[in-house]
Amino acid sequence: MRKYVPKDNVQKKSYYTDRFHVVPRVPREKVEDEHFVSVVEALAGDVKESYIEIGQLVLHINPEDNFKVLKILKEECGYTQCSEQSAVDYLAKDNEFELFWQLLNITEAKRVRVVCRLANASAIESVEPLFKSANFAEREIFDMFGIKVNNHPFLKRILMPDDWEGNPLLKTYPLQGDEFASWYEVDKIFGKEYRDIIGPENRDPAKIDVEDTKRFSRVGYEVEFGADYSTEEKDIEYSETLLVNYNKKSSKQLDERR
Amino acid sequence: MAQHQVNYASTAGLPIALTSVDKLVNWGRSNSLWPLTYGLACCAIEMMASGASRYDFDRMGTIFRASPRQADVMILAGTLSKKHSEFARRLYDQMTEPKWVISMGSCANTGGMFNTYATVQGVDRIIPVDIYLPGCAPRPETLQYALMMLQKKIRRESADMKKNTKQDLTTQTGKKRTRLI
Ligand code: SF4
Repeated sequence: MRKYVPKDNVQKKSYYTDRFHVVPRVPREKVEDEHFVSVVEALAGDVKESYIEIGQLVLHINPEDNFKVLKILKEECGYTQCSEQSAVDYLAKDNEFELFWQLLNITEAKRVRVVCRLANASAIESVEPLFKSANFAEREIFDMFGIKVNNHPFLKRILMPDDWEGNPLLKTYPLQGDEFASWYEVDKIFGKEYRDIIGPENRDPAKIDVEDTKRFSRVGYEVEFGADYSTEEKDIEYSETLLVNYNKKSSKQLDERR
Repeated sequence: MAQHQVNYASTAGLPIALTSVDKLVNWGRSNSLWPLTYGLACCAIEMMASGASRYDFDRMGTIFRASPRQADVMILAGTLSKKHSEFARRLYDQMTEPKWVISMGSCANTGGMFNTYATVQGVDRIIPVDIYLPGCAPRPETLQYALMMLQKKIRRESADMKKNTKQDLTTQTGKKRTRLI
């Protein structure tokens, strides 16, 4: 393992960060491709910004226009497949979500990404009448981000249970779950009053409880299964053949490689 | 010429075995453990392999059943998500006594690599477990070994299931121990 160097010395701060580091980002190119130019022209007034990223056209639109734009893309430009649709949480920075739709034109073998910024706590129009795949994708957006989708035929959680609280893909949601999540199965199966009996989740995979002689044996002592650990401990009887004591200091550890 | 005559009054040459009822019952139970086909994640693939012809669970009297009412072992093979925990417990409750549980793989034992909000951190939070089987995924041989250990455990137990203690799902510090089957 690499040696741990504490980085809290204010005097040396400039040594810890690379001043010349530039976060790499995909270059944005101008729309020159013939097909993509025609796509941008077909959408004329609705596109706020358009550029090419790794051979894909990216279109920024207003969130109110999403149905209109996708309809034109599907019916006039041949983007008949919506392969992916989701959101990104930018609440901390801008109090907005970024929603995107990834469309595929099979005859031209081209892809378009439609992107919009949706203010917090506002709803988006469903594109389910255009793309059937949007049905589940929008339910997932609703489940994971809590974004409401207008005119969706069946807006209900899809991945998490129906009685779940919180939206797990928000950046404010803790990875190991909040209070509700950590007791979910206990509350549901046994009821809240069993929380004390079952106890909190053990998130430490290396945890050893010396008092628990049913689940753990003890290093250096023999304790009977289920015995009270404090009274019944006795030293292990080692032998030279069967049970060898490897704790004995018979080996030598080198400080350095020779 | 040989005499083909059966003398019903004698032992007919058969040996007489004297045993206790416990041993007889446990012999029957341990040699026909019928697990529930209950695969939850990737570990289930190994469980299926153990049941199939190469590793052949059938030769141990272990035949997978598709209904909890016909099964007496639950092999929890894989990641138990919180959404599913309720159903796992329901299936366990539907199994008739006597019943045993094998927790197969790191995910079922401790939550494994899924240290997240959506995974139950060890199935022993909701179901009493008899055998913990480590590995990710455990090989079919390991599952066979786990089953053999379970048979061994059953042979050691009393035939009266009320006398056998189930693992208690209590806090591991052992301060307060209320039994919860
Ligand atoms: S223990 Fe490993 S193999 Fe088994 S379910 Fe978990 S991740 Fe999959």
